[in-house]
Amino acid sequence: MSLQTPLARARGLGSSKEGLHHWTAQRLTAIALVPLSLWFIFSTVSVISKDYSTVTLWLQAHFNAVLMLLFITAMYYHAALGLQVVIEDYVASKWQKIGCLVLIRFLVFFAGLSSALAVIKVYLGL
Amino acid sequence: MESVNRPLSPHLQVYKPQLTSVLSITHRATGVFLSIGTLLLSCWLVSLATNEITFAKLNTYISAWYGQIILIGFVFSLFYHLCNGIRHLFWDAGIGLNIETTYKTGYAVITAAIILTIVTYLMGCA
Repeated sequence: MSLQTPLARARGLGSSKEGLHHWTAQRLTAIALVPLSLWFIFSTVSVISKDYSTVTLWLQAHFNAVLMLLFITAMYYHAALGLQVVIEDYVASKWQKIGCLVLIRFLVFFAGLSSALAVIKVYLGL
Repeated sequence: MESVNRPLSPHLQVYKPQLTSVLSITHRATGVFLSIGTLLLSCWLVSLATNEITFAKLNTYISAWYGQIILIGFVFSLFYHLCNGIRHLFWDAGIGLNIETTYKTGYAVITAAIILTIVTYLMGCA
């Protein structure tokens, strides 16, 4: 018979990772993406496949540039969180799993920063 | 503690498809597709920031039939993931979890995603 209290027995047995933060961040980005996605689709549909100067002018509007930056940030953050769960569910081997997770994070930061810099560059007219 | 040859949780091959399970896996599939689509959005933004020639070249791909198919696929995936994501947020709040409501909201999600995609397509043509 163990003399440990139930709490002492449970301590250290949890995943002790970052599940709660992941869960909260996924929901927060999801809520943010509801209005952002609606703006993105209904605004972008008017300029997609238009010429260079039209799209440049569109993105130079302050409102559009800010919302595009927010959309990109929320989208890549949400994508990283979602892809993480998919990888954790379907990739069985431990090292392949870690490799995929690291790769996703690197890719998301690279693509996210590239896009953000592009938006800023167009916005400033550089 | 390495588990031996246990199936991973969402083992789709042995699970009978139902509306609920099909919508669930579609949520994931559209999520992965949207992640790839966001990379294409980044390409669009970066080409806009690069120069007029690069942007014009990318535009010819967007205007081509395969570009249009990817675009419609992206819009549908975004609307589907958005509508079903709202369904998920309600579930997180403990609302609409009984089977009857789950089926009703499931059909509502499909209908809404299709209608919104058609509306967006018509807006793009206008």
